[in-house]
Amino acid sequence: MASLNVLIAVCLSYVAVLFTVAFMAERVAMRGQAHWLRSPLVYTLSLSIYCTAWTFYGAVGYAARSGLEYLTIYIGPSLVMIGWLWLVRKMVRIGRSQRITSIADLISSRYGKSNALGVCVTLLAVIGTTPYIALQLQSVVESFSIFAAEPGFRPRPEENVSTALWVAAGLAFFTVLFGTRNLDVNERHHGVVMAIAVEAVVKLIALLAVGIFVVWGVGGGLAATMERIDASSLGYWHTDGSRWGGLIFLSAAAFLCLPRMFQVLVVENDMEAHLRTASWAFPAYLMLMSLFVVPIAVVGLDLMPAGSNPDLFVLTVPLSQGRDGLAMLSFLGGFSSATSMVIVASIALSTMVSNHIVMPIWLRLTGDGASISGDVRHVVMLARRVSIVGVVLLGYVYYRISGGGTALAAIGLISFSGVAQFLPVLVGGILWRGATRIGAFAGLGVGAVMWFWCLFLPSFGADVILSAGVLAEGPFGVSWLRPHGLFGLDGVDPLVHGVFWSMLFNAGAFFVVSIFTFPSPMERLQGAQFVNVFNHSRAPQGWQGGRAQAEDLMIMAQRILGPSDAQALFHDEARRQGLAGYLPDPTADFLQRLERELAGSVGAATAHAMVGQIVGGTGVSVQELMAVADESAQMMEYSSQLEAKSEELTRTARQLREVNEKLTQISVQKDAFLSQISHELRTPMTSVRAFSEILRDTDGLTPEERGRYASIIHDEAIRLTRLLDDLLDLSVLENGQVSLNFRRGTLEEALSHAVSAGRQGDRLAIRRDRGDELVEIETDMDRLSQVFINLIANAQKYCDAEAPVLRIVVRRRDGTVSVDFIDNGSGVEQDMQGLIFEKFSRVGHHKAGGAGLGLAICREIMARLGGTITYLPGQGGAAFRVTLPDRSAMAAQ
Amino acid sequence: MPDAPGPLFYERRTYRRRRLADLSRLLPVAGLILMLVPLFWGDSSGSTVPMSLAILYIFGLWFALVIAGALLSLNRPEELIDPQAPRSPLPGEERR
Amino acid sequence: MSKTVLVIEDEPNIIEAIGFILSRDGWRVAVHSNGVDAVETVRRRAPDLVILDVMLPGRSGYDILRDLRAESGTADLPILLLTARGQSRDREMAEASGASRFMTKPFSNAEVLEAVRDLAGG
Repeated sequence: MASLNVLIAVCLSYVAVLFTVAFMAERVAMRGQAHWLRSPLVYTLSLSIYCTAWTFYGAVGYAARSGLEYLTIYIGPSLVMIGWLWLVRKMVRIGRSQRITSIADLISSRYGKSNALGVCVTLLAVIGTTPYIALQLQSVVESFSIFAAEPGFRPRPEENVSTALWVAAGLAFFTVLFGTRNLDVNERHHGVVMAIAVEAVVKLIALLAVGIFVVWGVGGGLAATMERIDASSLGYWHTDGSRWGGLIFLSAAAFLCLPRMFQVLVVENDMEAHLRTASWAFPAYLMLMSLFVVPIAVVGLDLMPAGSNPDLFVLTVPLSQGRDGLAMLSFLGGFSSATSMVIVASIALSTMVSNHIVMPIWLRLTGDGASISGDVRHVVMLARRVSIVGVVLLGYVYYRISGGGTALAAIGLISFSGVAQFLPVLVGGILWRGATRIGAFAGLGVGAVMWFWCLFLPSFGADVILSAGVLAEGPFGVSWLRPHGLFGLDGVDPLVHGVFWSMLFNAGAFFVVSIFTFPSPMERLQGAQFVNVFNHSRAPQGWQGGRAQAEDLMIMAQRILGPSDAQALFHDEARRQGLAGYLPDPTADFLQRLERELAGSVGAATAHAMVGQIVGGTGVSVQELMAVADESAQMMEYSSQLEAKSEELTRTARQLREVNEKLTQISVQKDAFLSQISHELRTPMTSVRAFSEILRDTDGLTPEERGRYASIIHDEAIRLTRLLDDLLDLSVLENGQVSLNFRRGTLEEALSHAVSAGRQGDRLAIRRDRGDELVEIETDMDRLSQVFINLIANAQKYCDAEAPVLRIVVRRRDGTVSVDFIDNGSGVEQDMQGLIFEKFSRVGHHKAGGAGLGLAICREIMARLGGTITYLPGQGGAAFRVTLPDRSAMAAQ
Repeated sequence: MPDAPGPLFYERRTYRRRRLADLSRLLPVAGLILMLVPLFWGDSSGSTVPMSLAILYIFGLWFALVIAGALLSLNRPEELIDPQAPRSPLPGEERR
Repeated sequence: MSKTVLVIEDEPNIIEAIGFILSRDGWRVAVHSNGVDAVETVRRRAPDLVILDVMLPGRSGYDILRDLRAESGTADLPILLLTARGQSRDREMAEASGASRFMTKPFSNAEVLEAVRDLAGG
């Protein structure tokens, strides 16, 4: 028998392989070469987390006890994938177009972005999933103990407990590491999905290997095994009809509603087209997984001593035949099943918990926090990590409390029936526009209560939570309220009984209450979008805002999406609206788009609340009410055309106004140009003349005075020369007569040169990341340095912070290199932001030395170098962005 | 077929496509009904179907469904890529 | 004698030059170098003459001049306005705001001295 040490070594190296796979997949995905990660095969394999340790070990035990009934668990999902693909496809489409992060998010979003509904779904999902996680921990512990069991030796309970703790901690670590790498859930967890796909292959191979060994190695071939089956205690079909039908329905419902299935099926889906392959490949996978279950069960019953646990036949049968290697493989299969389920389930639940419970609370606690307090991404990330640890811990605690007994094994179906309560609300919301939020509350509430009473509470056994008396005679002797005989329906299997009543009342309450309540405008909008997701991909508007809020929105978006993504989004939108810079009009369209992007990170309800805090008035506008009231497609079309036209007119008007304003300002400046030049020349000249006259006319000057005055004349002469140089430089650049000296170099070089030349004294602290700066560029290095020197000198002159700090941030994206210079002063006022690149414009009336030509020269230089320089609003200080074309795709590292 | 004003006969390819669409509508219904056949097997008097036969029946049906699903999915490649495909063979599409 | 001249100007070199010339001629020279509280400073120091630059940080010399002329205490104070913009429009504005005399930079030292003596009757 393989020693426990070997087992632990194998197990750890397997885990190491999984880490490597996940890590490599992340790396590949980051380099943008992820196309092979997005194959339909990987998608199909990731769906196999449906098969948990409950399948791997439990199915054999289930078959040994109840014959073919275990098949229902796999037939249900197979029928869904083959026949109800259109429903799955609709869920996936909605998930993608609305940037849905979880099943709670889908339901909350569909019913008017109601967070209360999201909280309900989250709570129910956590309650339903926790026992299931405990089950996985138990299976790992028991399979360990099989190997640990020397003849005549039972492992002490403390050892089991510590094994469970180690497994739980390892899983939490893995999940936090790969499950919360990026905030946007829609950016998909390539590492996790890849690791799961590998585990899916391992568990399939393991189960098939044990099956083949049992049929051909022990059973003596197919025909002999069949005979043996017919001769065994399982020899005849004896499955209860109601359970057969009921469980097929239940597993089909659970397949659609389980949070972890929703995660892999909808959230992690890369392409809708993958569903096509999965529609037959996933049923095939399930079929193969269940193919050898009965032979293993029958042979196990034959071979093993009476009373041995059939749940572990997959391990004990090969061990009893001396096939240690096969047993080891089988152990890895079971280990894979358990770990992949816990990982995905905890990712799915943590997203729900953080988006629907933690974030709203945090948002409320910080008041209008979205616009002032710090980086929200940290909060979300932390919330998600803590939730993952919390979910796994909860499973562990449940395992400890329940004692890992046989009661746990029965919990699988209870758990299924719990999440199946989402089905009416989910399917109803997707297919029926009349479904309302109140109706959803009613259905979920009634369903959950009945599930608790009929299935969950009795599952702990008599006298644990419900007394035997209540179970037998009903509460307070009211017999029609007995958990297993509701309304006098006796003699039915308790599970089928509970599922029947809870689903009936759930769907009934949902339907009837929906019929008699009236949905809010937001619900109607969302309802129309969900039900008709294939018709219009464009959403009706939800927001109207003023220009002044654009900067606030940007600040918020940066905190959630990260600066570069947020800036790209705003810049792109501004360009689409035909505006320069980074601040688009907060049109209804844009707000909708922004909200959806945010929803990808924090969920629809929270995103809605955050945008609402800034834009104000979470209500729905009159136009939308009209659009909802008048549902004829033509009217919608017509009004949206009109709206688009009027929007376009407004935008053109604003463009014209902007150009006009700029022209007026430029003409004023042009007018002032001569007088400015005059002023800039005359001021140094005054000193020169005055002191030269003093030197000439005054007798008895001391040598010190003489030297001092001469040096003033000298300095002023230099100032004059510099001014003339600048003017000349600018005019050459403007006329395009400049000759550029292109050569290769690194940004680091240019920046280092600029820092040493541009910084005087050390009042200004400069923060750089030299690693990022190792970007090879081909440009006129001297001219580029000139720009950098100017920006550094400006920060030195104008940054009004107590301890001025200048951050230099280098980023590469989409074929350009951007260098941001961000200081911590009070920045440039919005009405000046468009002007600072004009000649002789200075922020305020400042005589800090320059003539106001520096930024104008910078702009001209960057234009010649094929790049840009822009002012970057919303960075908490003055911020300039220099972009260069990324000529060489290779970094110098 | 509801689209009455269309041409009287479709060319062979289109015709074949439509019959495949019919099949894909029928498949889940047939699959479900056939999967529920075991409900008739057990009766309280004790005479039931041997396990080996039950296994053969269920897995055979399952296998057939997988093959049918695979064939169907290979035959409508445009279906999932273009959601606005003029003629959708999926029953859910009709419920707009 | 020893009358006080208040120089309101922000270029340190020009301040030094004017200061040198006037103090050699026996004037007491006070200096103020921003526009914001210039009126307040004039009121407090009560100089015999003010030399006022037009381009000051914070506030234009014209505005300061108008304020001084509006106050009874300084309505007749001799004020020499300096400007670096030599256009005729500037001269008109200087006269309209009530400058006693107007001088364009760069000036000769003798001119300044003469103007100061003229205005303050030194």
